[in-house]
Amino acid sequence: MPRMSADANHRIRFKLNGRMVEADAEPRMLLTDFLRYNLAMTGTHVGCEHGVCGACTIEIDGVPARACLTLAVQADGADIRTIEGLAPAPGRLSVLQEAFRRHHALQCGFCTAGILLSLECYLRDNPSPDEATLRDYLGGHLCRCTGYVTIIAAALDAAERLRDANKDA
Amino acid sequence: MSKAGDKSWIGRSVERIEDLTLLAGRGRYIDDIGVPPGTLHAAILRSPHAHAEIRAINTEAARRARGVVAIITAAEVAKLSASLVVGVKAPIECWPIAVGRVRHVGEPVAVVVAGDRYLAEDALELIEVDYAPLPAIVDPLAALDPQLPPLHEGLSSNIASDRSFRYGDPQREFAEAARKVSVSIRYPRNSCTPIETYGIVAVYDPAEDAYDVLANFPGPFSLHPVMARALKVPGNRLRLRTPPDSGGSFGIKQGVFPYVVLMGVAARVAGRPVKWVEDRLEHLCASVSATNRVTKLEAAVDADGRVRALSFDQIEDVGAHIRAPEPATLYRMHGNLTGAYDIRHVAVRNRVVLTNKTPTGLNRGFGGPQMYYALERLMQRVAVELKLDPIDVIRCNLVPTNAFPYQTASGALLDSGDYTRALDVALADGGFAELKKRRDAARAQGRIYGIGCTAVVEPSVSNMGYITTVLTAEERRRAGAKNGAQATATVAFDPLGAVSVHTASAPQGQGHRTVLAQIVADAFGLAPNDIRTVSEIDTARDAWSIASGNYSSRFAAAVGGAAHLAAMRLKEKLARTAAAQLNVPPAEIEFAGGRVHARGNPDNSISFARLAATSHWSPGVVADDDQALRETVFWTPPELSPPTEADEVNSSLCHGFIFDFCGVEVDRVTGAVRVDKYVTMHDCGRVLHPGMVAGQITGGFAQGIGAALYEEFAYSPDGAFLAGTFADYLLPTSTEVPVPVILHVETPSPFTPLGAKGVGEGNCMSTPVCLANAVTDALGLDAIDLPMTPAKLAAHIHPAEQAPNRARGLS
Amino acid sequence: MKPARFDYLRAGTLAEAHATLAAEGEDARVLAGGQSLVPMLSMRMARPKVLIDIMHLPQLAKIESDVNTIHIGAGVRQAKLLAWPEIHERQPLLAAALPWVGHAQTRSRGTICGSVAHADPSAEIPLVLLALKGAIHLSSRQKQRRVSAIDFFTGMMSTARNDDELIEAVEAPCRAPGHGYAFREFGRRHGDFAIVACAAVAHADGVRLAIGGVADCPAVRDYPDLTGTALDDALDEFAWELDARDDLHATESFRRNLVRQLGRAAIEEARRCRA
Repeated sequence: MPRMSADANHRIRFKLNGRMVEADAEPRMLLTDFLRYNLAMTGTHVGCEHGVCGACTIEIDGVPARACLTLAVQADGADIRTIEGLAPAPGRLSVLQEAFRRHHALQCGFCTAGILLSLECYLRDNPSPDEATLRDYLGGHLCRCTGYVTIIAAALDAAERLRDANKDA
Repeated sequence: MSKAGDKSWIGRSVERIEDLTLLAGRGRYIDDIGVPPGTLHAAILRSPHAHAEIRAINTEAARRARGVVAIITAAEVAKLSASLVVGVKAPIECWPIAVGRVRHVGEPVAVVVAGDRYLAEDALELIEVDYAPLPAIVDPLAALDPQLPPLHEGLSSNIASDRSFRYGDPQREFAEAARKVSVSIRYPRNSCTPIETYGIVAVYDPAEDAYDVLANFPGPFSLHPVMARALKVPGNRLRLRTPPDSGGSFGIKQGVFPYVVLMGVAARVAGRPVKWVEDRLEHLCASVSATNRVTKLEAAVDADGRVRALSFDQIEDVGAHIRAPEPATLYRMHGNLTGAYDIRHVAVRNRVVLTNKTPTGLNRGFGGPQMYYALERLMQRVAVELKLDPIDVIRCNLVPTNAFPYQTASGALLDSGDYTRALDVALADGGFAELKKRRDAARAQGRIYGIGCTAVVEPSVSNMGYITTVLTAEERRRAGAKNGAQATATVAFDPLGAVSVHTASAPQGQGHRTVLAQIVADAFGLAPNDIRTVSEIDTARDAWSIASGNYSSRFAAAVGGAAHLAAMRLKEKLARTAAAQLNVPPAEIEFAGGRVHARGNPDNSISFARLAATSHWSPGVVADDDQALRETVFWTPPELSPPTEADEVNSSLCHGFIFDFCGVEVDRVTGAVRVDKYVTMHDCGRVLHPGMVAGQITGGFAQGIGAALYEEFAYSPDGAFLAGTFADYLLPTSTEVPVPVILHVETPSPFTPLGAKGVGEGNCMSTPVCLANAVTDALGLDAIDLPMTPAKLAAHIHPAEQAPNRARGLS
Repeated sequence: MKPARFDYLRAGTLAEAHATLAAEGEDARVLAGGQSLVPMLSMRMARPKVLIDIMHLPQLAKIESDVNTIHIGAGVRQAKLLAWPEIHERQPLLAAALPWVGHAQTRSRGTICGSVAHADPSAEIPLVLLALKGAIHLSSRQKQRRVSAIDFFTGMMSTARNDDELIEAVEAPCRAPGHGYAFREFGRRHGDFAIVACAAVAHADGVRLAIGGVADCPAVRDYPDLTGTALDDALDEFAWELDARDDLHATESFRRNLVRQLGRAAIEEARRCRA
């Protein structure tokens, strides 16, 4: 790949929620802005732009990542999943999303996308988390509304249901 | 339509209507909504100085930068707008941009409007500002010094307001009391910092000299006239709209309003729509802070712990400007300064001072955290100094159960409650006796363990007139009495008989759409999913008043109540029309399961949808005055009267009750506080949605943990801001927030249509002081100020250090 | 909070990265996980002309180990090392410290070498390398060199790396027979930068203690097997020598006390592990 010049736009391509997407960006463009403004995927939210709040957390190549700490050019060729890719179909929710709804694990919903993406990654690798490890893991996210009680409850509930579903399958 | 059960929808934790959208990432927050073609983007140059004269601003290079369309400085703002109205009688101005000098770090100095935010920030770097730094005033006590030069030219000192109040005969009580107990408090600055920051899209129409602004502004809409006057247009030429979703506010987003003016001017200068989204660094240093306050509070006490009188001396630091609605933080608790206690004699001195810090404004709890920290620390000190049990001191002072509605010394009308029962239930069901055993066991092991408790009255539904208590009775007479809290709700039927609801309360996560659907569904015998609620506000089209908005925990009590009244009004009309069709008296018409039928004869019925559509299709069959298409209710409670000549004010309509207790352990090595157990008892009147009420409590509790242990908008003595990132301003995370035990008793409010009271702010008032009472109990301290950081507490645990030379000499 | 402009080079070969570093010098910055660099770009505290992305060089993405040492390439993310099945056996001190580095959501992208290059005074990985007598492998177009950790960290976010060099790998010794290791940290919240962090290595002749979060860069002392008040005095002397300062999160006195107490706890635990 040749050196991309600072003041030109460059074509960025990656897989987003299972489909190849492309758009142009300057090298300095943050992935958050690229997703939101260039690809109109506004479900990924920006809370701090310095990597602390976790609202912009997405999945890049199978692991959770802060989109605000990533440049769009870095994502070229990557496999990315965002909140828009979680629900199995329009109007339906994933097991984790359903658990959030059942437990009232969101209020304003602004930090929720990041937390969901984080947990999706985590529960895939850790199907039987205990509360303490979940709390430690979610320490990478700030939520100002819930006090985290219902988020933890929803995550534990979702983990159990996912385990049951896998047992049945 | 789905069937409603026999049970009322109110009171059930139904799944939220909002969540399917929000969980799928399809929320419509301000930065998710499309903007008009040609919209430009703004970035703001901010002061690096706490206090400095602006000698010159050179924008030439920035104007030539790529993509730049306009640059706005104080010159343009002063030409095209007027100062924001200031809430005290003092000859001072308040601009949304620094005029002549900067008075706090982060104050706007210039606005660049460019093709995108990146380009706008590029140009910011090219603006040259010649500052002549001035000494900064940071400490509110220093601001009392009459020798220091005033920060605002119109003032003779930095005291913007100084009022004294007297209720009953506090002088006599203090003279006669057996004991006097006092506390001195420095309450720090903090903020509930929503995760979404401010955002605005401003459009100016020169043909009509009108502004159309979309902003995540939560209210109070009493600020709409402030904005319109600043933009020099009549109110009908400032169309203010809110997006459907908002990423939290906790009051803080009220502070977007000066930027509405600033971006309105920017759009006018640029000749194009202008969008601005605040970034986190801007938010932390320059959005809104809660006030910091210095309080000296003294009690006149009988030997048995009965408090006869209180004397408050409160010095409120509102920062660099008195920005509307300040100094409201100082007066919101004025009616309930005696908290949950029956204390008839109160003296108050309230001073408002200006310092070189961020201007203050609404923040969850709004005045409660500051006031209750002093009051409840005092109650603990009464117990300690008189060697009494803190629970007994609280108990013997509580407003008696048979006294409601109870008028406090300073004028609040406590609507309902049974404080003693709530206390007893909390102690029993919360396991207070076990907690004491736990403390004793921990102490026997040499651990540092303490118990704290606190009682709080949580006001909700603010009286729009309470802030005028800052004026003298004479000034109030001249200005005209202000009072009330107009809530509005509209319920409408469409031609297919479907029900829509609209209220003027912008939700920020409180599930308005769900609760309104529950309320209206109950009225019509429908299911919540049958009701569609629109949550955005448009001042050009909607019913609203200055009291509109989402603040002072007014939704459940006032807005939900107004929706109930609007629905009931339509229901009565429908019942009359149905009565004619079903040949029974209107009193025998019942609504259930999507049908309207005669009592005792479900077969004699028509579908609700058909009945509700009647006024569209067949107005001729509807009796003259019973057209049922759309009802808008304006509801204001008569109890919210203006302040009296004697400065008594019913500052809020509803008063919930909270009793908290907790056990904490302080780490002997690190000084870190571990909350071992926390019990919070609430009486918030009738509970409309238990799940959401629990969410308000746990959320407020977490913010209380933050205020108690982690958060501070700290400044250095020279006014530098020290909490500029989320690595410096520390919000509690899931590893810091324990799960509180939540208990309820219910005494419905007699003053609200549904019996509900506010519940959103109480733990921001009770939790910090409850934890402080526990920490002081653990460490045997007389006093502690927030935040209770490990370093601060460790200083009380660790022996004093020996000088290094001596230590070396021994080695 | 948007970065100023820079060129972006996704290095296809190490030579390409070296050539750009040689040509641009201090105007070039190496981009790995970006967890420290990108916020500095967004705050415009870093203003490079060009970023050299080294995350697509497979030779840098390796963890290699023999019985004596572990080599961790510049492309190795923190989460990858933490998940490496041999980490606890090969080097328990690294295994103990890694969970304290940021959060899972930043360890997933952040690299070991990136943390070393950033050289934050309270960062865990530099501290551990110092305690372990690890080393940093630097390379430029001209040459390769190996710098011991003690010589690498030179001050507040400053290192011995030359402008034309990149960190290719860091090297840590494997667990040695008869050695014991311990890590202790205190921060305001879990996942925050350390107010005080301690890494201790106990060996046959004594103990080595490294302290982070207090001075401008991590500091280390070697002690014979001190006990009782002699150890207290040694720790007290170390605490004072670190020249602690007050800041928003802690006082100097508080930091010194944590050095004494956590330092002692780390030493005692390392000794127990040695036995």
